[in-house]
Amino acid sequence: MSAVAAIDVRAQVFAALRAIRPALTVIADQEGLKPFETDAFISHRETPMLAVLPENEGQALAVVNACRRHGVPIVSRGAGTGISGGSIPRNDGVLMVMSKMRRVVEIDPRARTAIVEPGVRNLHVSEVAAPHGLFYAPDPSSQSICSIGGNVAENAGGVHCLKYGLTTHNLMVVRAIDGDGDVIEVGSSALDAPGYDLLAVITGSEGNLGVITQVKVRLTPLPERTETLLAAFPSVRQAAEAVGEIIGAGIIPAALEMMDRIVIEACERFMKLGFPTDAEALLLVEVDGGFEEAGAALAAVRQVLEDCGATQVRIAADEADRVKLWKSRKGAFAALATILPDFYTIDGTIPRRCLPDMLERIVEMGKEYAMIVGNVFHAGDGNIHPCIFYDANKPGELERSEEFGGRILELCVEMGGTITGEHGVGIEKLRQMCVQFRAPELAAFHDVKAAFDPAGILNPGKAVPTLRRCSEWGGTHVQGGRMPRADIPRF
Amino acid sequence: MSETHIPDLCARVAAAAAAKTPLRIRGGGSKDFYGAASTGEVCDVAGYSGIVAYEPKELVLTVRAGTLLTQVEAALAAERQMLPFEPPHFSAGATIGGVVATGLSGPRRPYAGSVRDFVLGTRIVNGKGEDLNFGGRVIKNVAGYDVSRLMTGALGTLGILTEMSFKVLPRPPVETTLLFEMPEADAIERANHWAGRPLPLSATAWQDGLLRVRLSGAESAVRAACVKLGGEEVAGAQDYWRDLREHRLAFFAEGRPLWRVSVPQTAKPLSVGSGQLIEWGGGLRWVCGDIDSFALRSSAEHAGGHATLFRGGDKAVGVFHPLKPAIAKIHKRLKAAFDPAGILNPGRMYNF
Repeated sequence: MSAVAAIDVRAQVFAALRAIRPALTVIADQEGLKPFETDAFISHRETPMLAVLPENEGQALAVVNACRRHGVPIVSRGAGTGISGGSIPRNDGVLMVMSKMRRVVEIDPRARTAIVEPGVRNLHVSEVAAPHGLFYAPDPSSQSICSIGGNVAENAGGVHCLKYGLTTHNLMVVRAIDGDGDVIEVGSSALDAPGYDLLAVITGSEGNLGVITQVKVRLTPLPERTETLLAAFPSVRQAAEAVGEIIGAGIIPAALEMMDRIVIEACERFMKLGFPTDAEALLLVEVDGGFEEAGAALAAVRQVLEDCGATQVRIAADEADRVKLWKSRKGAFAALATILPDFYTIDGTIPRRCLPDMLERIVEMGKEYAMIVGNVFHAGDGNIHPCIFYDANKPGELERSEEFGGRILELCVEMGGTITGEHGVGIEKLRQMCVQFRAPELAAFHDVKAAFDPAGILNPGKAVPTLRRCSEWGGTHVQGGRMPRADIPRF
Repeated sequence: MSETHIPDLCARVAAAAAAKTPLRIRGGGSKDFYGAASTGEVCDVAGYSGIVAYEPKELVLTVRAGTLLTQVEAALAAERQMLPFEPPHFSAGATIGGVVATGLSGPRRPYAGSVRDFVLGTRIVNGKGEDLNFGGRVIKNVAGYDVSRLMTGALGTLGILTEMSFKVLPRPPVETTLLFEMPEADAIERANHWAGRPLPLSATAWQDGLLRVRLSGAESAVRAACVKLGGEEVAGAQDYWRDLREHRLAFFAEGRPLWRVSVPQTAKPLSVGSGQLIEWGGGLRWVCGDIDSFALRSSAEHAGGHATLFRGGDKAVGVFHPLKPAIAKIHKRLKAAFDPAGILNPGRMYNF
C-alpha cells in the first residue's frame, strides 16, 4: 500500500471508529499510542495505526465490523504481560485493548463458576471467590496483573498446573467475536458441549480465532491444608530423580519447582533466606488438599526427599515460613536481575527424565556463547525456564542471547518436548514452529484459523508461521508432499 | 481389510478421497451404536495396536489407536496408575482410539476431568491421506492450536486417529462408597454442596431415591470424609460403579431409547415424565423411554445443556443436539478443510 493510501485508510477507519455509539475511547495521537507499542516481549515494538478501548461486547463487535469493512487487521491485548510478543501491534492495524472490560459478571458459589470480562485480573477472580471457599486455580507468575482474556488466549499455566491443570482445564464457556463478526459461544455450562471441542481450540489460539469478550471459569475448593517443603540436593541429577520418585510414589504435588545453583546464589545475595549455597539444586514441593490428604502426602514426600539424598529438608512451620520459602521461587527473577541488567527467559517443555541432560547441555552451550544461564523452573511437568543473562548495551549481546535461546528450544524438540510450555509462540518462536511441525501440520493450523477467520484479520502473522517463511528460514521439516515417517516398521 | 501400517492407511485414504468413497472407521466396534448411522466401506484400524511408550514416572502414555482398552488399563494398573476419566468399554473389543473418537468419560469425570482433559497429543491421518502429529508427549505444551483436543469426540469426522498420548494419574489407594436415602432435588443439592469443599469425591449416582457417593484417596482422607458425610458404607460397590459405567444396570436394559442429557450440575430436576439416573454430581442425566425429543431438547437447552440420543430410538430426530448457526458454520469449514472429499465417517455426527 502506498503511503498516501495508508493515510487514507487510517482516516476512514478513524472516522468509522469515532462513529460507533455509544462512543468509545479511540487513541490516535502518537503520544497516546506509545504505551501500547509492545507487551512484555520488550525487545520488539511497533506503533499501532489506532488503539481502541471498548467497554462492552457491543462496542468490541462494532470495532471488529468496522475493521472488517476496511480490511484492517485487529490485534487484541489484555494487560500486556505476554512474553512472546503475541499482542505486539501492527502499524497497519487497530489495537483492541480490553482493559476497560473488567466486570465480574457473576459468581455462582453453588455451581463453582465465575463469569468475568476479559480485562479482569487473574488474581482478582480468586479474591472474589475466596469468601465462598473457592479459588481460580491457574496462577501464572504475573497473576496480580495479567488478565483472564490474555490467560485464555495464551492457555496460561503457572506453578500449580501439575495438579490443577492449565487454563484449558479450568474453563467452561468462552464468548468471542470471530473474524466474520459473529458472536460465538464455545464450551458449555454443562460438563460438555455438542459438536467439536471449539473451546479447546480457541484456548491458546493467541488472539487468532476470536476477540474474547466474556469467560466463564471453573472455580476449585480452597484446600484445607497446605504444606510446603524445601530440599537441598548436592546435584541436579539427584533432585530430578527425587521429582520422579515423588510421582512414582503416587503423589501429585500442587507444586514442584526446581532452582539451580546460579539462582540459589542470586536469591541468597538478594533476599538472605538462609538457604545452603553449596547446594547444586533446590526443590520446592507443595502438597495440599483435605487435612488428612495433605498430611499423608507431606509424610510421604519427606521420606522420598531424604531417600533421594537431600542434604537438608525444611518444612514450613507456619504461613509466614511458607511465604518465606516461596519468596525464593517467586522472587527468583528479581534476584536474577542482580547478576546482569538484562535476561532473556526461555520457555520449553521436555520429558522430565531428560532434565539432567538438558541442564548439562545448557551449561555447555553457555560456555560456548560465554553467557551465564540460571535455571528456575516447573520441574513437576518438565517445563524449563532457563534465563540467559546479557547486557543490552553491548552490541550483539541481545542477538546472541536470542540465538542461544533458539538452540535450547530446538534441543527441547529433539528430546521429544515442545518449544513452548506456557508462554506461547507470538512472534518470538515462529521460527522454532518450523522445527516442531512439518508443512502439512502448519497448513492444518492455517485451516483452523480460516475456519474462524477466513479473511485473516485477527492478529495475523502471530502464533503460526507461513510455509513460505519456514522455507526461507530453511526449516528442516518443511519438505512438503514427501510421505512422512515412511520408515515406520510393519508389525 | 485391516491397516497395520500408517503409509498404507494414508494411501488408502488418499485413494478413497480421489474416488469419493466414504470410509466407515472402525476399531473394536464397541461403540457402533453411537452416533448417527454411518455408511461406507469399513476402514478397520484395530490392527494398528500396541503401547508405544509408557513412563510411569512421567505420567505419560503413548499408545496406538487399535490397542484394546483392557490392555491399556492392565498396563497402567501394573504401575498403580489409571486413565483418570474412567472410560466406558461397552464391549470387550473396545479400543483406545474409540475412547478418544467418542470422547466418552465415566463416573470419575466431574472430579478428575474428561477424556480431552488428559489427551496430550494425537497422530492422525486426515481426509487427504496425510499423516499429521499434533500436541506432544509432555504435560505442558502450547505450540500450535490444540488440534489434539479438537480430535477428541469428533467421531473420526476430521481424521483417523492412529496414535495418542495421555497424561495418566496414580490410582487412589483406597475407595469406598456411601449410600444415602434422599429425593432427587436434595441429591443434586448435596452433591453440589460437597463438590465445593476439599473432599475426595470420585463419583456420584442417584436413582429411585438412593444417592451413592464414591470417595477415593489416601486411607486417612477417605476415613475422615466418611465421618463428615455420614451415610451408610456399602460393601462391594466397585461392581456397581463398573456396571453403571458399562450401562449394565437394570436401568439401562436394552430396548428403550436412551437419552444422555448433559446439563449444569446445579440444574433443577428435569420433568421429563420418565425414569432418570443422575450421575456426575447432577451434570449427567440419563433418561430412558419413548420421549418427545423436541420437548426433551428444549428442556435441556433451557437448563443450559444439551441432549443426545445415546442409544436406540429414531435417529431421524438427530442424534446430537442441533448447533447454533455461527458454530455450525465453523464446524462445516473445519470438516471441509480436514476432509475435503467428505469421506471420513460422513454423517456420523452431523449432516456434513
